[in-house]
Amino acid sequence: MGENTKAYVELKHINKTFGNYKASDDVNFTVEKGKLIGLLGPSGSGKTTILRILAGLENADSGEIYIDGKQVNEIPASKRGIGFVFQNYALFRYKTVFDNIAFGLKIQKKSKAEIKSRVDELIELVGLKGLEKRYPKQLSGGQRQRVAFARALATQPQLLLLDEPFAAIDAKVRKELRSWLRELINQVGITSIFVTHDQDEAIEVADEIIVTNKGKIEQIGTPVEVYSNPQTPFVVQFLGEPVTIKDFNQFKGFREKTKGDRAIIRPEFVTVTKKNEFNPYPVTTEEGIVERVAFRGNSLELTIRVHDELLLANRQIGQELIKEGEHVNVFLQRLYLVDDHGQNVAIAVNEALRQDESVVI
Amino acid sequence: MKKKKRVIPGFGLSFGIVMAMLGLIVIIPLCSLVVFSLKLSFHDFIETVTAPRVLASYKVSILTALIASLINAVMGLLIAWVLVRYNFPGKRIMDGMIELPFALPTAVAGIALTHLTTQDGWVGKIFAKAGIQIAYTRIGITVALVFIGIPFVVRSVQPVLEKVEKEYEEAAAMFGASRARIFFEVIFPEIRPALISGFTMAFARSIGEYGSVVFIAGNTPYKTEIAPLMIMAKLQEFDYASATSIALVMLFIAFLILFVNALIQSYTSKIVSGIE
Repeated sequence: MGENTKAYVELKHINKTFGNYKASDDVNFTVEKGKLIGLLGPSGSGKTTILRILAGLENADSGEIYIDGKQVNEIPASKRGIGFVFQNYALFRYKTVFDNIAFGLKIQKKSKAEIKSRVDELIELVGLKGLEKRYPKQLSGGQRQRVAFARALATQPQLLLLDEPFAAIDAKVRKELRSWLRELINQVGITSIFVTHDQDEAIEVADEIIVTNKGKIEQIGTPVEVYSNPQTPFVVQFLGEPVTIKDFNQFKGFREKTKGDRAIIRPEFVTVTKKNEFNPYPVTTEEGIVERVAFRGNSLELTIRVHDELLLANRQIGQELIKEGEHVNVFLQRLYLVDDHGQNVAIAVNEALRQDESVVI
Repeated sequence: MKKKKRVIPGFGLSFGIVMAMLGLIVIIPLCSLVVFSLKLSFHDFIETVTAPRVLASYKVSILTALIASLINAVMGLLIAWVLVRYNFPGKRIMDGMIELPFALPTAVAGIALTHLTTQDGWVGKIFAKAGIQIAYTRIGITVALVFIGIPFVVRSVQPVLEKVEKEYEEAAAMFGASRARIFFEVIFPEIRPALISGFTMAFARSIGEYGSVVFIAGNTPYKTEIAPLMIMAKLQEFDYASATSIALVMLFIAFLILFVNALIQSYTSKIVSGIE
């Protein structure tokens, strides 16, 4: 204990303005050693700015930055012990894979033999053996990312920062690379922070997610916490596939006086059953009309009209088919009640489930 | 066989126009050079193009053009750098002035430069004190060629430099690379092809430059006579065949320079485009 649980990276009251745009608005967070952190937010939410300030590529207007207990505000980027993977990798186009990875080591004036053995080791690590003499343009997107990764790690940094590491890669390869990167970071054991606008990516890869919006941090927590327990109106609406219900009090199961300006529901909390199927909670079930059925590959996405509100629900392939225009039973498990004025979010669980005392995550 | 339809129509028409233009403006005049030269026997042709005075003029032309283009490569790169990287009042005006050597009648440039660089001229006076004569020497020719060649380099390098992403520099800076190192190892390779192409264009142009050079050159045989002047001299003697023979040699030299440039460009573009 003690040393290990202490914050490895710490940002205190960071502010940064570009013109009249506030890119960082009193940003505070800490990162434990060895953790993989995802900075998640829509574009323009200031997540990249945070990364760049941490790296020393940008200066904060005010606030303190600590890495390993040391304040680094005045320390130049190259002396902070940081490896940086740029969004488009920024590989040197006229250098081979080997020379790209060796770049940092050459600047540190390492001996030829030392450079060779370190580069070989990294090439082995990222699985690019035999491609040392290639130029970046002769590689696939995934391979380029591996080179960028190896180059960032070459000088043995203590902290790895990745700016949208998967943005430039095809959807199919992206999934592979995610788990590859996750494993590799675990293997190297380096504290890492990556920026992404893709919630699936953040949820799948990160130990902890920091959600940013308009230069502010909205919520910090594990993927499970952030996803199932959103704390602010923004987070509720950013994660999952949110559907807004204005007049939620008219829904059975949520009739009692509850506070909130509107409610948000995600498809996974909407259970749809056909009229002839077993329905365990008839009292708090609503009837709806299916307006649209969209094929989603491994599921069907249903758009259902209930009380003049349109809800989304998923139904597994293989279950009895539901057609457009059909009347179905709709059971809402839980709603997120948004209080726009107080900027907070409460969870409302359907009465039927509360009586059951069942816990839904 | 059925004719394949193209998505964008008009290839036949536009290609036809292009070929007609190229033929009228470039190919036919160049062929006429060959035709006129053929009026000489092979022996006479060799004799004409290797006459000592003509050989000396090639040497003057190539040497001064080479030095001028080297100066232009360095200065043009610097100008492009300043125009791309920094903001300062009057930047747009300065940017616009780069093209002036293209737009100005070359004779005007020649006269102005000569006037400035003679022993009594504003600039010439200063150099005269150090015992350096500019006008009517090879230095003068070089000065004129620097003047007409500079836009080639600036306009080749500038757009490429604008596109060099900041991320390359940041990536290098993250490793603690010095500014010089970042420039030579990261930025310079990116702009090198454009720089070479600007250099060769300026070089090829300088070798053939006539208007701005004749005034400042002094035209002393064997010393400051340029090759285009030899052509003019032959023309004034109505010796068309000799004139075109020398022109043909110059055409060959220009072609050679551009060919070397094309080779270098295709080599570097292979690296960048990733085609093996």
